[in-house]
Amino acid sequence: MKTAVVVFPGSNCDRDLAVALETVTGVAPTMVWHGDSDLPDGIGLVAVPGGFSYGDYLRSGAIAARSPIMRAIVEQAGRGLPVLGVCNGFQVLTEAGLLPGALMRNAGLDFVCRDVALTVANAQTAFTSRYDAGETIRVPVAHHDGNYFADAETLDRLEGEGRVAFRYGESVNGSARDIAGVLNAAGNVLGMMPHPERKIEAAHGGSDGRRLFEGVLETIGA
Amino acid sequence: MKLRIFVTLKPGVLDPQGRAIHHALGSLGFAGVEDVRAGKMFELEVADATDDAAIDGMCRQLLANTVIENYRVERV
Repeated sequence: MKTAVVVFPGSNCDRDLAVALETVTGVAPTMVWHGDSDLPDGIGLVAVPGGFSYGDYLRSGAIAARSPIMRAIVEQAGRGLPVLGVCNGFQVLTEAGLLPGALMRNAGLDFVCRDVALTVANAQTAFTSRYDAGETIRVPVAHHDGNYFADAETLDRLEGEGRVAFRYGESVNGSARDIAGVLNAAGNVLGMMPHPERKIEAAHGGSDGRRLFEGVLETIGA
Repeated sequence: MKLRIFVTLKPGVLDPQGRAIHHALGSLGFAGVEDVRAGKMFELEVADATDDAAIDGMCRQLLANTVIENYRVERV
C-alpha cells in the first residue's frame, strides 16, 4: 500500500511517521513537499506530521493549513482519502477546517513532553479497530498548544456521534472533556496530539502506537 | 491606507496567557486589576481601493481563527 507524508518547513516528525508507515506497510511512503499542489496517485493514506510548521507563526498550523498541498488534501479527504494528523498535523487539520475545534495554549502554559495514558474512546473507527474500547495505552505527547477547545454544542455532537477517538487518562493540557483525538463526520480524517509513531517497537519503550497504523492499513486494505 | 486589525479571544474561551499576565501584575504590586485577556494586533498597509469584503476575507481566512477568536478592524 502506497502512503504519503507531508513535509512543511519546520516539520520534525515527518521521518518518524515515514519509518512507522514503512515498518507496517513494508513500503517507504512518498514524502510530499508543502509547495506541491498534488498528492501522488494511488495512495491509501496521507499523514500530516508533528513539528513547528512555519515556526508556529500566527497560530500553530495556521500558515501550513493555507499551503498548496493542503488544498489537495482537503479535496481528497472530501472524496474519502484517509488522513492522519499528529500533533502539529492535528493543528493543521483544524486550521484547514477538516476537523472541528481548535488547539490552544496548554492550560498550565508549559510544554508537556512525556508518555501519557490514553483511553480508546471508540474502537470502531477506521483508525482504532486494532484496539479494544476503553483500553488504556501509553503514547508520548510533546506539545505547547494541545488544549482542545470547541463549543459545548460541538463537543456534544462529537461525543454523540462517536467522533472522539482518544481521551487523556490523566491531566495533560486542559483539553475540553479530556479529548486527545477526534474524527471528521465521515470518519476518514483523524487528528490527535499524542504521537503513535513514537511507540512502534520495543526499542521505543513500547509499541502501543503500532496498532493504530496496522488498524488503518487493514481498513484500507493494505 | 493603513489598517489596524485586533484579534481577541471570544468571551468564555479560557486564556491561560492572560491569566498568567494577570498573576504577574499582581506580583508586581498592581492592585485592582480584575482581568487580563491577551490578543494580537496587526498593522496592514493596503491599497486605498481595498474594499470591506476583501478586508473581512483576510480576517476570516487567515488573521483570526473564528472558532476561538473575534476581530475588529480600525482604519487609521
